[in-house]
Amino acid sequence: MPQELNYLKQTASQTAGPYVHIGLAPGRAGFDIFDHNFGHIMVTPQTVGERIIIEGLVLDGTGTPMRDALVELWQANAAGKYNNPADTQNKPIDPHFRGWGRSPCDFETGFYRFETIKPGQVMGRNGKPMAPHVSLWIVARGINIGLQTRAYFSDEEAANAADPILNLVEQDKRRKTLIASRSERDGQAVYRFDIVFQGENETVFFDV
Amino acid sequence: MSEFYQWDRAIQPKAFTPDYKTSVLRSPKAALLSLENSLSEVTGPVFNHHDIGPLDHDLIRNYAHGGDPIGERIIVHGRILDENGRPVPHTLIEFWQANAGGRYRHKKDTYLAPIDPNFGGCGRCLSDDNGAYFFRTIKPGPYPWRNYVNSWRPAHIHFSIFGSGFSQRLITQMYFEGDPLIKLCPIVQTITDPAAVERLIAPLDLNASVPLDTLAYRFDIVLRGTRSTLFENRLEGN
Ligand SMILES: [Fe+3]
Repeated sequence: MPQELNYLKQTASQTAGPYVHIGLAPGRAGFDIFDHNFGHIMVTPQTVGERIIIEGLVLDGTGTPMRDALVELWQANAAGKYNNPADTQNKPIDPHFRGWGRSPCDFETGFYRFETIKPGQVMGRNGKPMAPHVSLWIVARGINIGLQTRAYFSDEEAANAADPILNLVEQDKRRKTLIASRSERDGQAVYRFDIVFQGENETVFFDV
Repeated sequence: MSEFYQWDRAIQPKAFTPDYKTSVLRSPKAALLSLENSLSEVTGPVFNHHDIGPLDHDLIRNYAHGGDPIGERIIVHGRILDENGRPVPHTLIEFWQANAGGRYRHKKDTYLAPIDPNFGGCGRCLSDDNGAYFFRTIKPGPYPWRNYVNSWRPAHIHFSIFGSGFSQRLITQMYFEGDPLIKLCPIVQTITDPAAVERLIAPLDLNASVPLDTLAYRFDIVLRGTRSTLFENRLEGN
């Protein structure tokens, strides 16, 4: 017998189940319990940056919206700095921006929605800047382990073309599943980003 | 920047597990794209005591409307560690569960067991400097669900843990020692390694109980560890 490696073993993931709202968004389960709730509005009036909405559907293998899914979003601030001590880039923290939000899909329409700001560029590995993007994490009944993907922005063509992660996706068609498309609604920038589980437009999910 | 060890795919469930029927249409068909960690993955949201109310960790009291909830009073406690055995301090832990009769306080739950007027069924806390956490609740009941015609969930508590980076994020379920439904459950069986299933089963911890008051169960959680870089390529921002 060789020497033993004394690493602990990871705890296995289990589905969040149909009642994930009770724990993570009790208001959506139909009751009020906590003084402070976590939600989809990530900005205060003091937050620096261009106000945007990121929204979309989470679609199952038949193209049906998964109305019970829950999406979380993590992003850098307008300067391209994460509000976390592990980000050692020499850029300012925005004290009015945690950079994280949580949105259950709507039980009727199926839409998730975040009110946030457009993030700046973050330095990637080996000194290659990454195009502005947000990280998304999706859980629901039927999802055994949370799925991770990224949403990039359709109006960042030059930065997207140089992005080291987008360039890992060989197929042009699949790369497009990572780009949120910009439109205007009531004078506000809205990015549409559907998360598709199967079929022709299946979203690229990451093993990170 | 400390990167995380990879997900242990021998431990973690696959996405497509047809015996858990809902996973069939809710699993990606294409291979996941392997991505080395960047700042986007090793950072994650930071929470503090301002995010948490004084009763958030006490499910016996945090929804009490003039009385205590029905059921076995229990304490659940343990530590959040990483694969290197290091504590994960000050991380947000959220939990939710059915009441003693197996009914959730959720507008979509239609099981015939009654709602308990004094039980909300959710709570949260931060781990301390040593990664330790605890909360008080009542033991949840098993409940039926539509997978096979006669499928029942073993008694369980759902857990959500953040860790220090967004790709350490974990949702799991804790089961109770001695429950005969565990080995019959298609959701438990999405994990194929029997030892990994055992690690989701909390043992009775009599030493942590409060005599004449509350029993205790212990549940430790292990998140992905961080790599100590022995030979370092130059990474971002440095
Ligand atoms: Fe459950």
